[in-house]
Amino acid sequence: MSALAPLLTSRWGNERAWTLDAYQRTGGYQALREALRMEPAEVLNTVKDSGLRGRGGAGFPTGVKWSFLPPPDGGPRYLVVNADESEPGTCKDIPLMMADPHSLIEGIIITSYAIGCHHAFIYLRGEVVHVYRRLLNAVTEARRAGLLGSSVMGSGYELELTVHAGAGAYICGEETALLDSLEGRRGQPRLKPPFPAVAGLYARPTVVNNVESIASVPWIIAGGADWWKSMGTEKSTGVGIYSLSGHVVRPGQYEAPLGITMRELLELAGGVRAGHRLKFWMPGGSSTPMFTPEHLDVPLDYDSVVAAGSMLGTRALQCFDETVCVVWAVSRWMDFYAHESCGKCTPCREGTFWLRSVLRRIEAGLGRPEDMQILQDIPNSIVGRAFCPLGDGAPSSLTSSLKFFYDEYVQHIQLGGCPFDHKASYLFEAVTA
Amino acid sequence: MTYDPRTLETLRADAAQIVARYPSARSALLPMLHLVQSVDGYVSPDGTAFCAETLELTAAEVSAVATFYSQFKRQPNGKYTLGVCVTSLCGVMGGDAIYERLSEYLAVGNDETTADGLFTLEKIECNAACDYAPVLMVNWEFFDNQTPSSAVQLVEDIRGSRAVRPSRGPDRLATFKEVSRVLAGFEDGHANEGPAAGQPSLEGVDLAARNLWAAPPLPAAGSVRATPATLEGDETK
Repeated sequence: MSALAPLLTSRWGNERAWTLDAYQRTGGYQALREALRMEPAEVLNTVKDSGLRGRGGAGFPTGVKWSFLPPPDGGPRYLVVNADESEPGTCKDIPLMMADPHSLIEGIIITSYAIGCHHAFIYLRGEVVHVYRRLLNAVTEARRAGLLGSSVMGSGYELELTVHAGAGAYICGEETALLDSLEGRRGQPRLKPPFPAVAGLYARPTVVNNVESIASVPWIIAGGADWWKSMGTEKSTGVGIYSLSGHVVRPGQYEAPLGITMRELLELAGGVRAGHRLKFWMPGGSSTPMFTPEHLDVPLDYDSVVAAGSMLGTRALQCFDETVCVVWAVSRWMDFYAHESCGKCTPCREGTFWLRSVLRRIEAGLGRPEDMQILQDIPNSIVGRAFCPLGDGAPSSLTSSLKFFYDEYVQHIQLGGCPFDHKASYLFEAVTA
Repeated sequence: MTYDPRTLETLRADAAQIVARYPSARSALLPMLHLVQSVDGYVSPDGTAFCAETLELTAAEVSAVATFYSQFKRQPNGKYTLGVCVTSLCGVMGGDAIYERLSEYLAVGNDETTADGLFTLEKIECNAACDYAPVLMVNWEFFDNQTPSSAVQLVEDIRGSRAVRPSRGPDRLATFKEVSRVLAGFEDGHANEGPAAGQPSLEGVDLAARNLWAAPPLPAAGSVRATPATLEGDETK
């Protein structure tokens, strides 16, 4: 029984893995050759049949998303890859593009062919300049090799690919905000409907997909839908990259069939750092409710995690041991949301601002007894009332932490200070560092 | 605009290349703002006017966009931006201590620049390298697994003009202006430098190789990827 099943990560350790030469020597662009022999509809159906679900957090079936595009009307339609990876804890797309940019490009070409797109875009967050270099270089290589341009692999199919760098805004990971940003505007979300499939980039039919979703496509074409479905669970098919970080012995990227548990992953990663035990962990980034050791056996697939009260999100598994003050951690996440709220809607803009203020004062020892009620009331004014999912996700860590660690907040208020020594959480010796 | 004719000519040529990448000219605005920063070190009034003129927007429209994004600077930036991640994970793992030490050492606060114009210190948010925590981004290049003393050493090395190499990046650390030009979409020839991945990125792959774990073999029919995704004869990890 294989605990891990590296596919998307399988090339990352190869010598000069990012080059076209290295990629092609390991079977790269063979799936594209195969796809170009198929009808576009057949490619789309293969991905649909594979059950691949979006790897950017929401888990919507990728092939179904493609099929929402209206019938061709002669005008342009676009593929936009969401490479704005910014959800705290999420760190899988950036290493993928740094090590293996051609796998993304191959996925882009296949997907574009399937949906009838002739100009695709990668929207990369701007704060990772070496990843941008690798992507630009890979596109140049692909163009020179005839894999992009007026006739992809001599098939007559035409595709242009533009790699675009953002400029620092978490909200641009929301697909409609990303489109506004790509159009040269402030990155603020749009009202849906219309959905991007109908009116996306430049108000034309557009598919927006996560990096890992698109990089999975060549594998699905190469192996077929049934092969892909032979991995993972019935409703969460295939493999996914699990990112472990924090107080674990070997933090890093672990690619496994969907449905692996945190207990198994922790064991693979060498466990929690020596002499310590797990206190809480985030299953899918900071916008998903936290879990505790009692959730270690929850299968990490889309539906099981929801059933257990959280979300699989981006499989960004952040681990915190018993030295960590939950109020400190949550307060810092709220700093993030307050800073990154785009300001478009009042519940998110004001709600995150006030939650940040209250959390900061509790952590600083200035909390008041009535703050406990405020911490429960404000999220009720945000969740379900915000304009986009960023607002809905902002209070998740707070609300779940109140469920599991209510007393810790009360203790801060009663003590008039934080009972934890923050330095004990550092990964280095505070005195000598 | 007060650009000298030669600078303006170069800017116009570069802007034309950027605009040509998109079906609609306005999409060029973000890369053009990066371009302006590569010349002026921030989004200057001249740069704003240049973007407005090129894209047929008003200066107010350009400013509205520029002020939305944290990478666009409203005052001259230091030659090196020291971005310390203090979002929950990196902060808790020691990013807080790194920030405090750098702030004390450089005698500047958040978003402030040293008097010599060399460093701008910035608290940054999650930069997608949590498995390398705590992370320091210098001009948006990765410096992984930092400590307060390693961060101070880095600052001293830059000050002393000693060679500084990012953990996962080019052989030589570029300046804020040079990096801004790359972000405008102009290749600088350093893509082939640095590693493909750091060790945390490879933990799962290595573990699978040691245990001979793998995905089920691709089916024979349509098996276009029969070769394993490892270079033949290559001593990979």
